[in-house]
Amino acid sequence: MNTIITKITIAALLSGFSLFAVAGEMKDASTGNAKENKIEIKDFAFNPQNITVKSGEKITWINRDEEPHTVVSVGKQFKKSPGLDTDQTYTIVAGAPGTYSYFCSVHPKMTGTIVVQK
Amino acid sequence: MSNYISHDHEHDGIDRRGFLKCMAWAGTGVLWTISGGVLVSKTLAEVAKTGSSLPTATDLSFLQISDSHIGFNKAANKDVTETFKIALDRINAMPTPPSFLIHTGDISQLSKPEEFDTFDQILKSCRTKDVFYVPGEHDVINDGGKMYRERYLKNVQGKGSGWYSFNKNGVHFVGLVNVLDLQAGGLGQLGDDQLEWLEDDVKGLGADTPIVVFAHIPLWSVYPKWGWGTSDSERALGYLKRFGSVTVLNGHIHQVLQKVEGNVTFHTAMSTAFPQAAPGNAPSPGPLNVPAEKLRSMLGLTSVQYKQGKTALAVVDSTLS
Repeated sequence: MNTIITKITIAALLSGFSLFAVAGEMKDASTGNAKENKIEIKDFAFNPQNITVKSGEKITWINRDEEPHTVVSVGKQFKKSPGLDTDQTYTIVAGAPGTYSYFCSVHPKMTGTIVVQK
Repeated sequence: MSNYISHDHEHDGIDRRGFLKCMAWAGTGVLWTISGGVLVSKTLAEVAKTGSSLPTATDLSFLQISDSHIGFNKAANKDVTETFKIALDRINAMPTPPSFLIHTGDISQLSKPEEFDTFDQILKSCRTKDVFYVPGEHDVINDGGKMYRERYLKNVQGKGSGWYSFNKNGVHFVGLVNVLDLQAGGLGQLGDDQLEWLEDDVKGLGADTPIVVFAHIPLWSVYPKWGWGTSDSERALGYLKRFGSVTVLNGHIHQVLQKVEGNVTFHTAMSTAFPQAAPGNAPSPGPLNVPAEKLRSMLGLTSVQYKQGKTALAVVDSTLS
């Protein structure tokens, strides 16, 4: 976990963002051995709708519907997914502790929350 | 079935048989006609078969197609390009071709360039070349609608995220965008900029100008639980209240539903790709699987006709079966 935070910090410094801004971000990543938390998208709902994870853990959504869905952060706190077709997945790495709301931009009635703990 | 009204006690242009026929079209496509002060419905199959036209002469007829979902390949319809082709064949078979087409969104399944390419390629077979578009949420997934606007809204010089208006034969047409910048937990949305533009756009028009508004997501609360509605549509309709005839054409819900409220007629069209369940009739508004032999009876088009000097438009839904 320390390594990931270090990498994020370095990336932040390199890209010229303030540390504060990056502290609120989550990273779009698919490497590493961190624990993976799965969220299934089924019948136009995120399941579980609310999830609590530890900073540095992965979160992966998989679309089980025949309809495309997206994962979009309210307030753009993490990178949005592309349109996910059936059985496609999207993974991010949990960043700074906090509460992150997200929704599907194709079907905005679909909402979910991620709570990131230290 | 006769195309003429034998019993019209309400003087509304619809007899019992006509009404039942109307019900039978639910789940197909629609032909919209502005004509003779009455709302008349008729299947495209009938039009093609008998070569007949609506009882009154028509000055303008146009056709609404919707929800092509090119790229969709699941059980509900393994070949959406084929059913789209059939819809165009139906248009080509009409004795009097429509003046233009309106596509009310969801051309593509996943906003992929190759899906739009396929659509454009197939559309070339259509005799009617003039097409007006508004995007569906499936068309704007990755880039906020940039590619869609470049492909389909260049000629109309869309404002903002792509809205525009035009006049044909004395009818004022307004294409609205309600699938962008959607809010978490919300419905379709027009937004302040578009609403202000609309208010200004119709300001100078006489109250006797027939208005046709088209947008992807219904501009009335069909079933908000499934996202079938537009949060700020009331404000838009407020600007149109003073007009004697307003026709609102939408897609999105893959079935025919109609509601009349004062001078406003709301109508949703069938998809050319796959049906969806009636509101609340399934766990979610996903594609509805129906037996293969039934599919085409649940896909279709809408035709609309208008006769100058009269106000109401005649709207006709027809299936692909």
